[in-house]
Amino acid sequence: MLSVVVFLPLAVAVGLVAMPRVSDRVVRSIWIAATAADLALVVALWIGFAPGPSGFAYEVNQRWIPTVSAGYHIGLDGLSLPLVALTAVLFLACALYSLRQTHRMRAFAALFLFLQTVCLGVFVSLDLILFFVFFDLSIVGMYFVIALWGHRGAARAALMFFLYTFLGSLALLLGFIGLYVASDPHTFDIVALTAQNPLAGGGIFSVLVLLAILVGLAVKTPTVPFHTWLPPAHTEAPAAGSAILAGVLLKLGTYGFVRIAMPILPGTWRDYSPAIVAIGVAGVLYGAFVALGQNDLKRMVAYTSVNHMGYILLAFGAAGLVATSDAQAHDLAVTGAVTQMVSHGLITGALFLLTGVLYERGRTYDMDAYGGLAARTPWFARVTAVAAFASLGLPGFSGFIAEFQIFTGALGPVPVATALAVVGILVTAALFLRALQRVFLGPARATGKGDMADLAGAEAAAIVPLLALAVLIGVFPRFLLDVIEPAARVVGTLVSR
Amino acid sequence: MPRTMLADLSLILPELFLTGGAVCGLLLGSYLPRRSQWLVDALAGVVCVAGVVATVVGWPNGGTTVFEGAYALDVATAVVRIVVLVSVLLVLAISGEFRGHARKSEFVVLLLLSALGTIVLAGANDLLLLVAAFLLASVPLYALTGFAKDSPGTEATMKYYLLSALAGTVMLFGVMAVFGVGGSTGYARLAETLPTTPAAAVAAGAVLVLAGPMFKAGAVPVHFWVPDVTQGARPPVSALVTTIPKIGALVAVYRLVAAVLAPTALNWPLLVAVVAAATMTLGNLAAFFQDNVRRLLAYSTISQVGYLLMAVAAAGASTLALPSLLLYLAAYAVTNLGAFAVVAALPNAETLTDYRGLVRHHPWLAISLVVCLLGLVGTPPTGVFAGKLTVFTAAFDAGFGWLVAVAIANTVASLFYYLRWIAPAVRLEPLTLPTNHGAAGAAAVAAAVSLALGPLAGLVLAPLGHPLTPLP
Repeated sequence: MLSVVVFLPLAVAVGLVAMPRVSDRVVRSIWIAATAADLALVVALWIGFAPGPSGFAYEVNQRWIPTVSAGYHIGLDGLSLPLVALTAVLFLACALYSLRQTHRMRAFAALFLFLQTVCLGVFVSLDLILFFVFFDLSIVGMYFVIALWGHRGAARAALMFFLYTFLGSLALLLGFIGLYVASDPHTFDIVALTAQNPLAGGGIFSVLVLLAILVGLAVKTPTVPFHTWLPPAHTEAPAAGSAILAGVLLKLGTYGFVRIAMPILPGTWRDYSPAIVAIGVAGVLYGAFVALGQNDLKRMVAYTSVNHMGYILLAFGAAGLVATSDAQAHDLAVTGAVTQMVSHGLITGALFLLTGVLYERGRTYDMDAYGGLAARTPWFARVTAVAAFASLGLPGFSGFIAEFQIFTGALGPVPVATALAVVGILVTAALFLRALQRVFLGPARATGKGDMADLAGAEAAAIVPLLALAVLIGVFPRFLLDVIEPAARVVGTLVSR
Repeated sequence: MPRTMLADLSLILPELFLTGGAVCGLLLGSYLPRRSQWLVDALAGVVCVAGVVATVVGWPNGGTTVFEGAYALDVATAVVRIVVLVSVLLVLAISGEFRGHARKSEFVVLLLLSALGTIVLAGANDLLLLVAAFLLASVPLYALTGFAKDSPGTEATMKYYLLSALAGTVMLFGVMAVFGVGGSTGYARLAETLPTTPAAAVAAGAVLVLAGPMFKAGAVPVHFWVPDVTQGARPPVSALVTTIPKIGALVAVYRLVAAVLAPTALNWPLLVAVVAAATMTLGNLAAFFQDNVRRLLAYSTISQVGYLLMAVAAAGASTLALPSLLLYLAAYAVTNLGAFAVVAALPNAETLTDYRGLVRHHPWLAISLVVCLLGLVGTPPTGVFAGKLTVFTAAFDAGFGWLVAVAIANTVASLFYYLRWIAPAVRLEPLTLPTNHGAAGAAAVAAAVSLALGPLAGLVLAPLGHPLTPLP
């Protein structure tokens, strides 16, 4: 069942490529049908979700490369299920958003379906090599999305994206091989490694392994100072690509922290938690202040992603510090971080699609080129305002729930860092309000090319549900938290070993 | 245990098939009219398939030697047989540009002979057989390099011949020195005598011996011929020269290091590791700004040898070393031939920019190219990824963490020049280039096999777990 969810999009993609020439309309219908079916299956998985004694539901464990003890081991727990659901939702939104897409529709749809399989694969993998395979393929898929459908500077941005993230993923591989060599009996299985705690003795080797894994995941997340690939990649990618990049691909990194780094290397993680907190806070502040200075709307949103990922890192670092003393604070931080991943995916996905809408109309992301849009495109203005408020963490939205939990969990162990991070929220609020004001309020300005039509049906159908979900989580978070909390508690016990 | 010559011969059927195929092909080619020369192709195809079948049927369990210990028949030899024979089939499939050529049958015969030399190189368990195999694997390639009789080919042939003769002579000196101190040319005896002899003499002799197979493999510092030959020869020949001899040469190096040199006092793994690091780094750096696709691929094959040598460095220290080497060799052969098949499919495209817009007119060719090039990088789930994973793990296991780090940095660097080729190929621009359909088909097949080898790595690795032939 879980394998079907993962590989259904890929099967459809292969079918699309192998099919003789068909009209774009048919391709779109197939794409939307496939993503909708996949989402329906994920909903079914959620309804039937009941983790077994191992902590995982829908577990499958097949032999793959027994010589190095790597297997096709997949399963779902409270950490992965929300992210799997987020992935399914965002890819459906991108399929809907791309109703207007005309440029090489078939290849575009096939590539996105391929990416969907890859992203789902990362979140369900319980084997390091399987994880790495999907993790690396996500880079390949996103490279082609940026290079082939991006804006003018896409070739360069795509190359930069590929080189940086590939370097990161290879550092990750180095760390994985280190874990394999340290384990006894040698294995790449995440569950077995977690149980073994192979580097419990500490020492220089465990530090090096953690460093390799941290660098690998930090590049993907991205955290300061490994974020330099992100703004160009985001700016040059097509809107749907940016939405997936920010909504799903960045989560592959943060998910790796909570799935691999924290449970398998608990002792070393605890030792280096202060550094992780520091990096997190640096990301929060740096992302917020640089975003504040942007004139390019899409770049601004890209930098707020750096900011939001910083909160997640802060929470994980704090979790390492409180692990032994205060279990409840720890659970709060981890739960908040996972909630933040889901929340950021929904909200930033919506924001990037909205910038795409703006670009369709005015052919530029420069905020100074617009003004007074609220009068001409009222619905677009309203939806954007909602997304901006959601992103700055206003109560009633999912971001508030997430950040509230992170701060509550982190305040005890790292009060100074948390206080500094709160400044990030303030700056984010300022920059979003300023952006809204520059684009939508004030005197109307001639935008030159393109007519400033209001939000089209397909665009609304893609964006509004994302924000509706953000509100739903903001108002009734229990259905989500009930899934995350038990798993977060497990991570807590593992880290405090 | 004395065994009759006849029983020995029954164990080396694939080698006999190749010899017979070459002889019959030469006779057939001399008497057949030009339009019937395809029969020689067919003969070669049958020979290769028969060789693969014979190898699989007689899969060695534990391994043995024939001809009084001179030739080893173990898992390594068996894998090399299969990989080489399949590679020959692929080379035949991409050599469509020689169809109807006046000397087509010569091409096939020389191809079969060089394949035979490569297989014997891998199985050689005696220094003199190693020298003979080196020559058999080299001489046909001189003729093939200059096959088109054009000036780049002739220049490449000269360079190749002179350097190869030098390497061969050096190797003979080495054999002499090792024989002088070790008192034998058989690996089994040498493994016993060498540890008790003066280390300096062993070191000098063995390094000289290694120069031969290292030259065939194209490892630093004896790699100078690779780019010139690859660029000067016709694409099918370039594919052959950069793929098939390496397969045998690397196994020969492994055999020498693991079976003969390991017990001696010197730190051979470290030496191999340094050579590996130098080879991959130099190959990658030199490939960076190449605009000619064949030159780029030439340097890429040099860097791949660096990764392959990591498995040799791990020999003895990790049980994974030999299986990972064999898996990587198989994956490398298929992937590299796939990339060359794309080059052969577009005979008029010389530089990277000539590939601009490939995806629009030949989407499958473009997809094959992307799969093969990303495969050479080691992107999952291709076969080379599985090979790299196991090779890196073996090296890490053997205590060469620094080498793995170097290799990973190199992998990232290599991505840069492969992307320089992929980027124009997937751009949407008009392109009008004549294509060779046979080679395009071969490229698609090679890409598919390369892609399938990764997920099937478990199945492939399972029968490779045996160590090298126990010494008699």
